Amino acid sequence: MSDTTFARLDVLKTYKLYVGGKFPRSESGRVYEVTDSKGEWLANAPLGTRKDARDAVLAARAAVKGWAGTTAYNRGQVLYRVAEMLQGRREQFAAEVSLSEGVGPKKAAALVDAAIDRWVWYAGWTDKVAQIAGGANPVAGPYFNLSTPEPTGVVGIVAPQAGYGHSLLGLVSVIAPAIATGNTVVVAAAADAPLPALSLGEVLATSDVPGGVVNIISGRTADIAPTLASHQDVNALDLTGAIAADGPGAAAALEAAAADTLKRVVRPELDPFAQDWTNAPGTDRLLSFLETKTVWHPMGI
Amino acid sequence: MAKKKNIEEPVAKPAGGLFAYAPAPESPAAAGDIATSYGHFIGGEFVDSSGSEALKTVNPATEQVLAEFAQGTDEDVERAVAAARKAFADWSSLPGSERAKYLFRIARIIQERSRELAVLESMDNGKPIRETRDFDIPTVAAWFFYYAGWADKLDYAGFGANPRPLGVAGQVIPWNFPLMMLAWKIAPALATGNTVVLKPAETTPLTALRFAEICRQAGLPKGVVNIVTGDGRTGAALTAHPDVNKVAFTGSTPVGRAIARQLAGSRKKLSLELGGKAANIVFDDAPIDQAVEGIVNGIFFNQGHVCCAGSRLLVQESVQDEVLDALKRRMATLRVGDPLDKNTDIGAINSAAQLARITELTDAGEAEGADRWSPECELPGTGFWFKPTLFTGVSQAHRIAQEEIFGPVLSVLTFRTPEEAVAKANNTPYGLSAGIWTEKGSRILWMANRLKAGVVWANTFNKFDPTSPFGGYKESGYGREGGRHGLEAYLDV
Repeated sequence: MSDTTFARLDVLKTYKLYVGGKFPRSESGRVYEVTDSKGEWLANAPLGTRKDARDAVLAARAAVKGWAGTTAYNRGQVLYRVAEMLQGRREQFAAEVSLSEGVGPKKAAALVDAAIDRWVWYAGWTDKVAQIAGGANPVAGPYFNLSTPEPTGVVGIVAPQAGYGHSLLGLVSVIAPAIATGNTVVVAAAADAPLPALSLGEVLATSDVPGGVVNIISGRTADIAPTLASHQDVNALDLTGAIAADGPGAAAALEAAAADTLKRVVRPELDPFAQDWTNAPGTDRLLSFLETKTVWHPMGI
Repeated sequence: MAKKKNIEEPVAKPAGGLFAYAPAPESPAAAGDIATSYGHFIGGEFVDSSGSEALKTVNPATEQVLAEFAQGTDEDVERAVAAARKAFADWSSLPGSERAKYLFRIARIIQERSRELAVLESMDNGKPIRETRDFDIPTVAAWFFYYAGWADKLDYAGFGANPRPLGVAGQVIPWNFPLMMLAWKIAPALATGNTVVLKPAETTPLTALRFAEICRQAGLPKGVVNIVTGDGRTGAALTAHPDVNKVAFTGSTPVGRAIARQLAGSRKKLSLELGGKAANIVFDDAPIDQAVEGIVNGIFFNQGHVCCAGSRLLVQESVQDEVLDALKRRMATLRVGDPLDKNTDIGAINSAAQLARITELTDAGEAEGADRWSPECELPGTGFWFKPTLFTGVSQAHRIAQEEIFGPVLSVLTFRTPEEAVAKANNTPYGLSAGIWTEKGSRILWMANRLKAGVVWANTFNKFDPTSPFGGYKESGYGREGGRHGLEAYLDV
């Protein structure tokens, strides 16, 4: 019976949220259609809700103690492991980025390579940032006095929704610096291009990143972001994608909501569509979610 | 007061009672000439307000009016911001080494005029002359001296080459350390090339206006520093002004929240130094006498009008009695009275409003069931005064354990294990400072690592230095003042 040839039917992936190290569906049971740049159907992504966001904050909070308490050396190894895992799935991500952003295969592959390299960049920073952000203070008295940076805690992130390379490279560019310094994150993924983000969850799950350190939710940012902005247990808010997602008014409203709990806020670029995520990242984001703690002790005998 | 329930034995006074001191008051004349009324300092000139509303600043120790000053109007703020904007181009393009020399000059003049400033500050604020003389004013000079040196070294501060200033800084400061807060705000702003409009608190404007004179003596270019006086309305007009690029605020958490909301969606950079409810944690192996000195310094320094005050004493249960007995003995020796007397430990409460707030919260402490104790001490007949006060039997849910009292009131809680101490210390929305008292080094570091506070004092308390970053976690605000870190708030980085 081998003369009849069938075109083999591909096994499609059910895309799911990444919360607390697990892959739940949205608690709402709802999905939305993700299309490519030409409007062709790609997949159904979970339509994350406010409840999903709250669940993710719980998971992120629970993960803070362990992750912040991990040695900087160990965090560096874990981040490097993410780069290794991403390298192994380079072709898959290149295909997803190509479809999501409408760039050609070569450009998409270059963007994935840059995302891998970005993990490596931040992996190397984990055990160096304290030496550029902290130090000894020569006070005018007989005291030992030392300032050290500590993670802020749980960071809510509105992932980049626009700009060259936003769907994966931009996403990595906002997640990696926050977790490099010991924070945990809840990310509202790019609403129109969530597939690389949801697949990144699979990479993180196999990379020794403890569950809850990174939580990724797809869906309408207008549902997810306000929950993160007003949540009492979120310490900082990265609004990078907020203007592109819902406009400057929505971004300002999120910042105003964050003021109630005095969250540290990273504001979005004025023109997020002009952002090029291949630009060198510098240390701004790395230093954005840190608290400086200064310890004094008298010297004497 | 609803009820008195002193369950402890009465505490014995030191042998022979309190040493008798002859009064040793500073002369109010040393404060220099205080005008009957003040306008603003805008564009290098003392100018009248566009409005007619005037406020009065009183000496809280005597309730006598020291001077009238202007309630800054929107138009006054407009003029001041315009003056600062006009001055910005030249000031920011001045070589850093030249800006530095202006700041060094200011530091030197403050040192020269320190006695005058100390007396004036004490009269306007109510704090003891011993503190203004030995702490506030020397710290002011040190702050200018420190940041002067940064002005031509910004390339090496870790923010990349040639970091740029933000522009016009709108700065709003509190009444608890009037001139010191001014220095914390103005020195780094000027060193980095910004120009400023500063609004002092409405109960303590005098040293800021005297500082304006110092700017003139130093030959500071016109418009680089502008002082606009008034109450919260003036502050709100300043922080809302569209041509202000940077807002720096020190004060209460509710106002800090309101400013953060006001600035949402703008491109103004914001730094906030807000309230606190610091835990001062005493372990059973602590040197008790030193710890008691630290507890007293932690909560009674500056009448407890200190955002980082050690207002919650967490004492290990096994040494509770010993610590409290020693603390009560020590509290009985505190001298409350004339701020200008060099023997005075605790001066006047800054205002009637603040006294009412302290009274309300301490009444709530009693009503909620905590045990109140104060040493016998006579309070002057006029002025605003509050006895050093101790509450025991305080639960974490009590208002006096949760809310910032900002007065000479200590709430005592106990713990058994280091884990419990950390949990209780961190059980507050604030995170400004904390204290640890133990002889065990590894425990200090273990604790310091877990306390959610921007400043941790181990076997000491309430120490400040221009080289040392100061600022909070959580709802105590964001940004740091002091040290290299303090530059960031005024640079476009």
